[in-house]
Amino acid sequence: MLNHSSSLDLAFQALADPTRRVMVERLSRGPASVSELARPLAMSLSAVVQHLAVLEAGGLVRSEKTGRVRTCRVEPVALRQAERWIAERRATWERRLDRLGDYLDATRHSVRRKRS
Amino acid sequence: MTERSTDHATFVVERTYDAAPSRVFGAWAEPAAKTRWFSGPEGSDQFEYELDFRIGGREISRVRMPGDSTYTYDAYYHDIVVDERIVYAYAMDRDETRISVSVATVEFEPAGSGTRLIFTEQDVFLDGHDKVEYREHGTKELLNSLDAALRDVPTSAPAS
Repeated sequence: MLNHSSSLDLAFQALADPTRRVMVERLSRGPASVSELARPLAMSLSAVVQHLAVLEAGGLVRSEKTGRVRTCRVEPVALRQAERWIAERRATWERRLDRLGDYLDATRHSVRRKRS
Repeated sequence: MTERSTDHATFVVERTYDAAPSRVFGAWAEPAAKTRWFSGPEGSDQFEYELDFRIGGREISRVRMPGDSTYTYDAYYHDIVVDERIVYAYAMDRDETRISVSVATVEFEPAGSGTRLIFTEQDVFLDGHDKVEYREHGTKELLNSLDAALRDVPTSAPAS
């Protein structure tokens, strides 16, 4: 259980669309303006802006307007770091507890040691 | 400059073993048994391990990861009920940096002739570990895991 499960839902929803995944992949290489983002996509600027809004609502992308240019960047949210860590921590424990099971199986017939 | 942050999370892992609670508990209590299954993450090299299994006792594990970072796990046992429960708190350092502090609860419940083990860990992750390569890696990994996740989850409508 993560405390941020609803933000994660939004993040997953935001990434459920291939266009938005392309946008995030582009931004993971560095910041870009909305028109730079739109260039490889076969869609109108306003459609791109709508997709951008969904990504921002999902906490994946942040944008700021300077003059007439809106610059977008991936949001390096601690949420995703924490999510990744927690997934790794959990995976480590899944493996450990599997090894514990192997160990218990392997020692089943050996003489049980008394604990002091 | 380090950007300060805290992130809290809890996770639970359960297993049922075909072994009596005393044997499962013993695998946590005896250093020789514990080293057989308790090592660092995949690919890590554990070069130091100590276990003083009693209330107030300490457990230390140091592992070297392929990228050459050293991770130190430093735990204190706060509650031990033989064959039933273990509660310990630990800090995790990457090299000289404290990256997390956690409380772990291990419960052993009889399940037929076996044991149900419930491992609950409550974590606070510190300061976001904010390295660009992690972030980039994290984004790629997120996209990859998303693909897998979406195959199992009914497609939700885009957020309005």
